[in-house]
Amino acid sequence: MTASDDVRSGGGGAGSRLRRLVTPEGVDLRLRIGDAGERAGAFILDITFLALALGACTLVAWVLTAALFLSPRPEMAQAMAAIWLLGFFVVSNAYFIVFELGPRAATPGKRIMGLRVAARDGGRLTAEAVFARNAMREIEVFLPLQFIGASAAGAVDPIAGALVLLGLVWSGLFALFPLLNRDRLRVGDLVAGTWVVKAPRGRLSADLLDALQRGREQPLAFTAEQAGAYGVKELHVLEDVLRRRDSRTMEAVAQRIRARIGWRAVEAEGDEAFLDAYYASLRARLERRLLFGHRRRDKFDAG
Amino acid sequence: MTGPSGDVQLDSRRFRAEREAHWRRLEVILGKAERGSPASLADEELLAIPVLYRVALSSLSVARATSLDHTLVDYLESLATRAYFFVYGARARLGERLAQFFVETWPASVKAFWRETLICAAVLFGAALVGFLLVAGDAGWYGAIVPARLAEGRDPTTTTAALREVLYGGGGQNSLALTASYVFTNNAGVAIWAFALGFAFCIPTLLLLAGNGLTVGALVALYASRGLAVPLGGWLLVHGATELFAVILGGAAGLRIGWRVMFPGERTRLDAAAAAGRAAAGVLAGVVVMLIFAGLLEGFARQLVTSDLARYAIAATTLAAWLGYFYLPRRRRGIR
Repeated sequence: MTASDDVRSGGGGAGSRLRRLVTPEGVDLRLRIGDAGERAGAFILDITFLALALGACTLVAWVLTAALFLSPRPEMAQAMAAIWLLGFFVVSNAYFIVFELGPRAATPGKRIMGLRVAARDGGRLTAEAVFARNAMREIEVFLPLQFIGASAAGAVDPIAGALVLLGLVWSGLFALFPLLNRDRLRVGDLVAGTWVVKAPRGRLSADLLDALQRGREQPLAFTAEQAGAYGVKELHVLEDVLRRRDSRTMEAVAQRIRARIGWRAVEAEGDEAFLDAYYASLRARLERRLLFGHRRRDKFDAG
Repeated sequence: MTGPSGDVQLDSRRFRAEREAHWRRLEVILGKAERGSPASLADEELLAIPVLYRVALSSLSVARATSLDHTLVDYLESLATRAYFFVYGARARLGERLAQFFVETWPASVKAFWRETLICAAVLFGAALVGFLLVAGDAGWYGAIVPARLAEGRDPTTTTAALREVLYGGGGQNSLALTASYVFTNNAGVAIWAFALGFAFCIPTLLLLAGNGLTVGALVALYASRGLAVPLGGWLLVHGATELFAVILGGAAGLRIGWRVMFPGERTRLDAAAAAGRAAAGVLAGVVVMLIFAGLLEGFARQLVTSDLARYAIAATTLAAWLGYFYLPRRRRGIR
């Protein structure tokens, strides 16, 4: 039994990206796995950063080497070349490993896309796992590239061409592996026992009720029937509308709510004020019912 | 239920007001910890993290059950997740971890891979034998086996004197450091390839090893035909004892992964692959260290030491050292 088994049976419905991760304290954190687009975006960003860094280093090495050749000790140029060769190898291999071993467990590209690497079993992310998932990049990226390179090199011979094509299909399977499973695991993730999850850095915005509290002296009063016309789903939609404060949307929403609950507009009543007041009443009613164990999912939910 | 909404005093609001300061504090500490190292935190902050983490978790449970402010629930989810990864993340010191790796983890995992290691060694040396026999029988095979890129002008048409020059010359115009670093990056690439290809059901790893074996065998046959077998052995084994061992171990690591993916045993395929992958990655990390060593031997020792006897002595010593380090039984450190 492992966490990944749990996840398979639990988590959201089919096609959902939510996965269960129960902490030792017994709370399900409901991790969201990164989708293919985010993963690809992060990889492209990382490759770009890596290319820029390596390009800059190479440029510096060239300038230094040229300078050393003209200096009284030209043999130093060879040492420079040795340092460059080693540096190239170390940087291109260590980039992913060092960043993923850091406290955020993410490369810069992943950070920008809001992703991080985590162990699938919910345990610690070990150095071995990070090492394994990055060593596997060899067959996921460079193997297909080699076959593409071979085909570009111009295999005129039809048999050789067919072989290259076969190789491309075979290695393409590794490159496209994340698209073939629902956890978006790449080969490296599979071998290392890791996966890539969203690491949202949520900001705590003000409670909408605070804003309401300040502004109003003569609040609107709703009957129990009016305040109970909707469920949780509509409340959340209303919350989003109110946080966005787009006047045209608010006007449309206010009209629909007024129509549904049969509200007769008080004189000089603004749409915004009406929605604020209605949000407070609806949330108060739904939360009170929630305390008694009734969770009204949406307006069609009779319970 | 028509209470004036001017004085809405929901439980969910009170709940938030009472705990918000804790959440904010946790957020600040986590931000600090994620930016720098845990060492940048004050003692009291470090001590506060587990407590605040549990506050966040319990807040999350309560909020899910009672609050309908969904930005609040989202915020708590992300906060609790961040704190979880920090609290249960890896935090051993780098020095300690390295020491543990070289004293215990690495030799133990290499030892555990003895079966795969034997298979890889058999494939490599078997292929070398085949390469030797082929070229010894018909020198025409040499061109087919050794790619021109690797031959570096050494082929059946080369004069004996020129072949000898390669063995004892100082490595041409390239400096020792350059040779060493080139050799290291090249071989480390091969070892990582051997590891990664293992996932494709072992076969490509074995092919890679066999290909390298063939090349070596062909080279030996070429030199043997001129009576230079013994000097070549010294030239190859100075670093080869370490380098071939490292490539064999890299192949063994790959083989283990492919084998477990094919035959997971009692575990699920996914779990078996993950367990094998982590163990194999431990072996591979050590292999990279071995290859640094081999690169130094090839770049410096081979060019500076030109006596056959000394070369064989170095080869025998390094091989014995590796074998002893990996396979000699050692006392277990207490029972944990």
